[in-house]
Amino acid sequence: MKTAVIVFPGSNCDQDMYYAIKDGLGEEVDYVWHAETSLDGYDAVMIPGGFSYGDYLRSGAIARFAGIMPAVIQAAKEGKPVLGVCNGFQILLEAGLLPGAMLKNKHLKFICETVDLQVKNNDTQFTKLYDQDEIIRIPIAHGEGNYFCDDATLKKLQDNNRIVFTYSGKNPNGSRADIAGIINETGNVLGMMPHPERAADALLGSDDGLRLFQSILNHWRESAHAAYTS
Amino acid sequence: MPLTHLEPSPEQIEQEKVYRTMGLTEEEYQKVRKLLGRKPNYTETGLFSVMWSEHCSYKTSKPVLKYFPTTGKHVLQGPGEGAGIVDIGDRQAVVFKIESHNHPSAIEPYQGAATGVGGIIRDVFSMGARPVALLDSLRFGDLDNARVRYLFEEVVSGIAGYGNCIGIPTVGGELQFDPCYNGNPLVNAMCVGIMNHEDIQVGQARGIGNTVMYVGASTGRDGINGATFASEEISEKSDEKRSAVQVGDPFMEKLLVEACLELTKHEALVGIQDMGAAGLVSSASEMAAKAGVGIHMNLDLIPQRETEMTPYEMMLSESQERMLIVIKKGSEEEIKAIFARWGLHAVAVGEVIEEEVLRLEHKGRIVADVPSDALASAPVRHMPSQVPASYIENQSAPAWEPEIHNYEKTIKKLLSQPTLASKEWVTRQYDYMVQTNTVVAPGSDAAVVRVRGTKKGLAMTTDCNAKYLALDPGEGGKIAVAEAARNIVCSGAVPLAITDCLNFGSPENPEVFWQIDESVKGMAKACTVLETPVISGNVSLYNETDRGAIDPTPVVGMVGLVEDLDHVTTALFKHEGDLVYVIGEAKPEFGGSALQLLLDGKASGKAPALDLELEKCRQAQVLEAIKSGYVASAHDISEGGLAVAVAESAFGTELGCDLHFDKNPAEELFSETQSRYLITVPKAAQKEFETLIPDAVLVGAVTKSEQINLAFASSTVTLNRTELENEWRGALSCIMSAKN
Repeated sequence: MKTAVIVFPGSNCDQDMYYAIKDGLGEEVDYVWHAETSLDGYDAVMIPGGFSYGDYLRSGAIARFAGIMPAVIQAAKEGKPVLGVCNGFQILLEAGLLPGAMLKNKHLKFICETVDLQVKNNDTQFTKLYDQDEIIRIPIAHGEGNYFCDDATLKKLQDNNRIVFTYSGKNPNGSRADIAGIINETGNVLGMMPHPERAADALLGSDDGLRLFQSILNHWRESAHAAYTS
Repeated sequence: MPLTHLEPSPEQIEQEKVYRTMGLTEEEYQKVRKLLGRKPNYTETGLFSVMWSEHCSYKTSKPVLKYFPTTGKHVLQGPGEGAGIVDIGDRQAVVFKIESHNHPSAIEPYQGAATGVGGIIRDVFSMGARPVALLDSLRFGDLDNARVRYLFEEVVSGIAGYGNCIGIPTVGGELQFDPCYNGNPLVNAMCVGIMNHEDIQVGQARGIGNTVMYVGASTGRDGINGATFASEEISEKSDEKRSAVQVGDPFMEKLLVEACLELTKHEALVGIQDMGAAGLVSSASEMAAKAGVGIHMNLDLIPQRETEMTPYEMMLSESQERMLIVIKKGSEEEIKAIFARWGLHAVAVGEVIEEEVLRLEHKGRIVADVPSDALASAPVRHMPSQVPASYIENQSAPAWEPEIHNYEKTIKKLLSQPTLASKEWVTRQYDYMVQTNTVVAPGSDAAVVRVRGTKKGLAMTTDCNAKYLALDPGEGGKIAVAEAARNIVCSGAVPLAITDCLNFGSPENPEVFWQIDESVKGMAKACTVLETPVISGNVSLYNETDRGAIDPTPVVGMVGLVEDLDHVTTALFKHEGDLVYVIGEAKPEFGGSALQLLLDGKASGKAPALDLELEKCRQAQVLEAIKSGYVASAHDISEGGLAVAVAESAFGTELGCDLHFDKNPAEELFSETQSRYLITVPKAAQKEFETLIPDAVLVGAVTKSEQINLAFASSTVTLNRTELENEWRGALSCIMSAKN
């Protein structure tokens, strides 16, 4: 599996994502500069965390206009796995690949800690290797992670099982329905505030995030195999 | 619209003594006249006034800085460049420095702190290193004061705002509160970077004819005279100096880091230096002076954010996120391309010349023409020194004896003092995990960051107990270094070197100068014995308000090498049944202790004594035990004594302990005798550990319990871990949320 990690000016978790895939997963991975226009040849796309363009405007609001974004949207349409973490999630919202918007944390402060997440839907290509309702330890680090959507959207998300992760126990940022991560209708675009790439090495405290990347890889292998045999 | 024709003439500057309002003394002005052989114009007077300010020139502290040992077998670069460099093997090196931003933070706390972080990061990447960690040593006044809470909250936000955005983890530091910092907080930021030996850069303008380029943000009117402002006491008038505070743009700096690190791999780069304090004038004159050359610069080419800027304003501006580089002539286009990729401008603004002058051209006229080494070598001041009466009084005071009626309550109260309470309210605002190398997060004795791709790690900490220094600056200075080293050792690392930030009051007060002199002597002694040379540092004087000077606070930032990540050890109890040892006997030493501050509200008597040879020996023993794998947890016994050390080791675990002592509880629990450790050892390693450290005293065992039981000859103290931990964890957030 060949993965692209998109680098915007101000991305700062690009290396973390790169190493999670290269060292944690042991798969091929490249940095792809924001000004590129094609993602041909890549099997998966990661939009890492950080402060793209400084996030002086609404988070992700400028990144959505970057040269690479049409290619990201195209990859999503083609059914390739697209994962947006933290700022990457914010960019996916701004680009309209996922519904809703991000508000400032309820207590208005940046928050960095390792939290308990509940896997609300393990039947996705990102979460197959988790148990349904399993509690996993994943770090968060954000100032604008308070996910918001209107009632109709929330109902849609709930009815279609598109809420993939929720905060378990204390909600750290005030997000609607304790949402930490959601998926698109076709199940190949995941946005999440917590950082699975920071939990890909037990030396740093938790490797619960590694199974997310392994799930993507397994799914890719299976579908590649299916494509071969069909 | 300030125009040059409104500036005073050289004659007016002399007759009306304009130089005095610009920060130059009578003698200094005369020296400038002599150096130039004529009267300086307004721009030139400005250049000298900032370059000869204490902040830039260290003119007052130079004589004492000579005490520091600055060389050692691993030191690749000592003080004098952007940051110091130490070898860590495998052709890799660690780069670090600490710097103050106290005065700006007292006036505009968010930007003051943010730009402090930005400045120290530039010092590190200008050496060619990738910044991998930040630490912050902070001091604030009494949290009962609304202004102090405001300063505290905004400084923390400013550090978080800059560090989080730029993507460098803030992994450690310290935070203390004392009324002596009311109105004059201390904000000291430290940055640590990692590099390969072949990438080491210097801030030198070598090669006649080479091109001087300006890179990064445009120059505005922010921060003009910042260095001069930092060299005065803070007064009611300080608010008028708000324009002297710079504004930070971490996004711009993130781009600058990446572009400059690409640049350092380019063979055309000759020298690179941050435009920090005193902006363009300091970077240009220092780069020229260090190489024994001159620089001719055309100010019309300087990227300007505002219109009609005068040469004075451009040269003295402290706009952030700017660097000055010298490159081989002819390679301008290649260098521009590197910066263009990051959306940054690189502009050729001058050239290296043979004549050793800084020559500035503006609108076709030469507006300044001064010897480059003259700017960089301010006349040294030798200040009178006097032993304070309070020192003599404290030295001869009878030993302080605590009166404790309820030990449980006293321990609980100690742990909820802001200085001793959990710092989670602060550290959770910092992204301490970005770059995914943080092995030991904030909260343990030292933070540990791995060196990716190797088995190695870097342990880092900042330390300074100013109360000891207030009583006895010599002994306190020694302790600051020794305690930092103890923290490094407890985390499983070999102490390598230190950086220091000397925060003091006005050196013009002979008693304060005595404090500076004594502190540095003490620190230097400890550095020599513990073999941790000083590789970089910063001096911040004039930390006083109309209520007086701060306690002497020479902050020590230390980095150690973890040779194998398997050695990494934390303070937390690990397993039920582990044996608990105390190394070092508790003596009745309470001067400046947390207990004394709690009970008396002030420090008095003698500071704890430090035997450096014993300190060194114990550090070697503890490190050896850790490296041999005998140690489950290690914690130094410092502020608050054993009671606090035991509690901190149990917090965050499901464990308790049963401990037994022979002596009386006051001494055992609260003494701040130096060179002591609390160590837990798996039973299987008991024999080996005791052979290695024969004077370690077995005092009990770790239990699977909520109880911390402390038994003494004729009494017992029983603590409930959960209850105590709630107090400790909630204290700071409780104060901050209740009063805002």
